[in-house]
Parts: sequence; structure tokens; C-alpha cells
Amino acid sequence: MSHDLLEVTVVAKEFQKLLIIKDVRFGIDAGEVVSMVGPSGCGKSSLLRIIAGLDRNYSGAVQLSGRRPHLPSRDIGLIFREPRLLPWLTVAENVALELGRKARHDSRVTQLLAEVGLSDFATAYPKQLSSGMAQRAAIARSLFHQPTLLLLDEPFSGVDATTRRQLQDLLLSLTGHRRTTVLLVTQDTNEAVYLSDRVIVLAPRPGRISGQAFVDARRPRDRRNPELAKCEAEVLTLLIDGTSNFFDLSYDLARAPRRWQAARLSSFNFAI
Amino acid sequence: MSEFNTPPPRGMAPTDQRDGMGLIRRARAFVVPAALVLFWESVARAGWVSPQMLPSPGELLGTLASLVDNGTLLAHAGSSSLRVLIGFIIGTGLAVAIGGAVGLSRRTEALLDPSLQALRAIPALAWVPLLLMWLGTDEAPKLALIALGAFFPVYLEFVAGIRNVDRKLVEIGGIHGLTGCRLVCRVFLPAALPQLFAGLRMSLSLSWMFLVAAELTGTTRGLGRLLAEGREGSHADLVIVAIVTLAVLGKTSDSLLRWLASRLLDWRDVVDTRPL
Repeated sequence: MSHDLLEVTVVAKEFQKLLIIKDVRFGIDAGEVVSMVGPSGCGKSSLLRIIAGLDRNYSGAVQLSGRRPHLPSRDIGLIFREPRLLPWLTVAENVALELGRKARHDSRVTQLLAEVGLSDFATAYPKQLSSGMAQRAAIARSLFHQPTLLLLDEPFSGVDATTRRQLQDLLLSLTGHRRTTVLLVTQDTNEAVYLSDRVIVLAPRPGRISGQAFVDARRPRDRRNPELAKCEAEVLTLLIDGTSNFFDLSYDLARAPRRWQAARLSSFNFAI
Repeated sequence: MSEFNTPPPRGMAPTDQRDGMGLIRRARAFVVPAALVLFWESVARAGWVSPQMLPSPGELLGTLASLVDNGTLLAHAGSSSLRVLIGFIIGTGLAVAIGGAVGLSRRTEALLDPSLQALRAIPALAWVPLLLMWLGTDEAPKLALIALGAFFPVYLEFVAGIRNVDRKLVEIGGIHGLTGCRLVCRVFLPAALPQLFAGLRMSLSLSWMFLVAAELTGTTRGLGRLLAEGREGSHADLVIVAIVTLAVLGKTSDSLLRWLASRLLDWRDVVDTRPL
């Protein structure tokens, strides 16, 4: 299976001598929206940091349009769980960090702020924004360089349900008409299915792919589309199977490190 | 999307209400001093202590008026303020430069920090004899002592401020291509600014402290001279006028610094309400 935009091969990634990702291989085509879901500890965020070029301490290879991504990269936009706005800069200055004070009068910034609905807040400081508005500013910032690939790490987990839906639709419309490729990490299967063309399901300890589900529902999507519910059920099955298979693999419990034992018990609970 | 309809809030409460609260709060600050002065005046009038030891507030006002009239107080206060200003700028300027280098570079830290920490252990006043021997008895040793006193608070706070910068925000700077000077100016310096100002305020009060120490070692001008004159001639009123002048100058300069800090740090999201 060959993909034209992104090819990810992570043979192994260790963190404090613990293997957290083992043999994860996948690719993404240009224009695709892909989600990665999995229980906590399955290495989703680590994988995203590797793809972004923030973490080079792994064995494997990542290729974006045939090249290894390195920071700072104008081809990659990043959105984190927290908005991570610099509190001493205005919203406009945050959106175009390298422009400094000139940001306020930059037409690209004005345009982006209008698109995310923050036109009135160009000169406001982050402390004046709600969490949803701050995340909108972060979205605008990530799109400033017109990246080909947008990486999101549980971007909407810190906002209330209504705002989350607004932000999801905002993300779809912004990336849709720019034809930006999206790779999103989330814990929310509903969000993953609603947003994505494809959902990659990861299993934990060590993180690996336990399967993927394709979402064929046409866009723009209706959240009540039964196709989505069916797909979400499929994803949930993959999630639970991946986790319980892990339990069935029956490592020698007595020999496993103590923290692994604890981890295995918790994933057992998850499966039930 | 109703969250967009409201313009950005400029402050917590409407301005008029805030000003009203501010007046009451400011008035509160005068309650304790006023009570003390009243008590003092009544003690002096009752004749419980000799006027030589503790002149009454009324007499002090007389001394103050004559000192202001012949221009001595202004001259003394002026030269003291100038000394503090120059010493403070030299000391804190060096502290910002060296602290910045130490905070931003591990190599400079390994090179300089241990020695500076060792120097810090020496009480600044212990340098006085050496300063007098090396720099004579003119302005230089006084400015050096004030600069020495002002150096360490700013140095320590600035280094700590730079080191405490949120790793996630530095990462954002890196992702967006900020490197070198631009990363320092847009991420590290603003992040360290609140702690830098904490250090500056401490340094300023230490500057006034060391000013008095320096001026007591001998000078013809300055509030320290007034203190020495008062002691030599047993004029408690001169001493008290000098003390009060020092208090006013110290408080005024601190308020200036606080005002500057509030202007530069208005992006901060800090709690303005206290439980009591």
C-alpha cells in the first residue's frame, strides 16, 4: 500500500527504557482526514510528535512528500491539547509569531482571524479569550503558513460539548476548502468517525495498530447519519479487541515489571 | 455563535466602580499612620518624653519647613536620589546582562554561577573597607556599594525567571521558526519579566538601604549626612526628618517601578480578588 503524502514507519520507540511504540506503519494520501484513536498509553501523542519532527529519538522513518520533516516546517501545522498561546502577545501576534508587531496589519492574519471568527479580538490578549476562542486562535496560527499536513493532538478535549462541535465543523470547513491533509489524535470515537475518512485504531503497551476503519459517509455529514454510528461501533470493537487481545497474549505476569502489571490490570478493566 | 458578539472586555469591572473602590482602599492606607501621629502628638504634649529624645510632630513640621526653606533638604534628597538611581542602574544593568547570559546558556552558567553564588554569601557591607581603600572616599565607593547591593536580587530572580519558562511555549516558538535573538525576545524575556520585576523591586529597596550605609561612612551631601549631623548634635528632629524623607523617596520610587510593571505586565492573568 503506497500513499502519496505521508509515510510513517516506526519500528520502535522507547521512553525511559519502556517500549511504547512497536512496529507502527501507515500512510496518508493528500487531502485525506485520518484519525488515530486508542486508550491512553498507546503512544498516539508520541507518534504525532515523531511525525511532526519534534521527537527524533526513535528507530524508523517518516517521509512527508518524500522528505524527512524537520522543524521549523512550513509544511506542517500543529495543534495541541492546550491552545499554547503566548500570553504576552495579542491574538494577531500569536497567529503570526514571526511577524511580531506587524502581524496586526498583515492581510493573511486578518483573513484567518475572520475565518475562525476572531476578527474583533485581533488586539486582545489570550487571557481575554474563552478556551474555545483560544483554541480557534491556535487553529488560525497552525494554518498561517498554509501547511500541507495538519497534525492535531486531542485538540478539542478541553472544551465543552457544544463548543467542541463548533470547533469540529470549523476544522472541517477550514481544511476542506484548503485541501489540507489532516491527522488527528483523539480519545473520542464519535469525533474520530465524524471527522475522518479513515480511523486508525491503536492498541496499548506497546502501542501498535490493531486495525483501521473506513468511513464512507458523504460530506458534508449529518451527525445523525446511521452510517457514522455503524462505523463507530466498528471502531469500538477494534478498540476493545485490541485491548483484550493484549490481555490474552499472556505475558509471564510474574516476570513483567511492576508498572506493566498495573497497566495490564487497568486495560483488563477497560475491556470489561 | 453568541460568544463573538461581545467586544473584548477591557477590565474586570466598570471604571467608575473601580475608581470608587480604589479611593476607599487608598484611604485605608492612611488609617494606621494617622493614628500613630495622633498618639505621638498626645504623648509629646503630655510631656512623657523629653523633646530632645522625641520631638512632637508639630516641632518636626517646623524643622521640616526650615530645612525646605533654606533648600538643604532638597539638596540632600537630590544627591541621595541621584546616587541611588546611578547605583541601581549600574547594579541591575549588570545583573540583567549577566543573569541573561547565565539563564540562557548552560556553559556561561557553569562558568559564572558558582563564583557569583560564592560572592553572594559575603554580606555586602563587608566590602566597605576595601571599597574605601580602592576607590577613595568620593562618589565611586558609594555607587559601587549600592550597585553591589542591587545586583543579586535581580540576578537571582532573572535567572530563575528564564529557567522557569514553560517548555511548551518554547516549543511553540521553535515550531514557528523563532530562533536565537527572536526566540529570546519573544519567548524567554517576556516570560521572565514578572520575576525580573520582583527582583527589581527588591533591588531598589536594597539600594536605599546601602545608600544610607554608604553615606554614613562620610559625605558632605545626602540624607546620610543629615542623619549624621542629627546624631552628632543630638538633634532627633533632624534624624526623624531624614528618616521620613527616606521613607517617602523609597515608597515613591517603588510606586514608579510598580506602575511600570503593571504597564508592561498587563497581559498577565492574575487574580485581583482576595478572600479577606
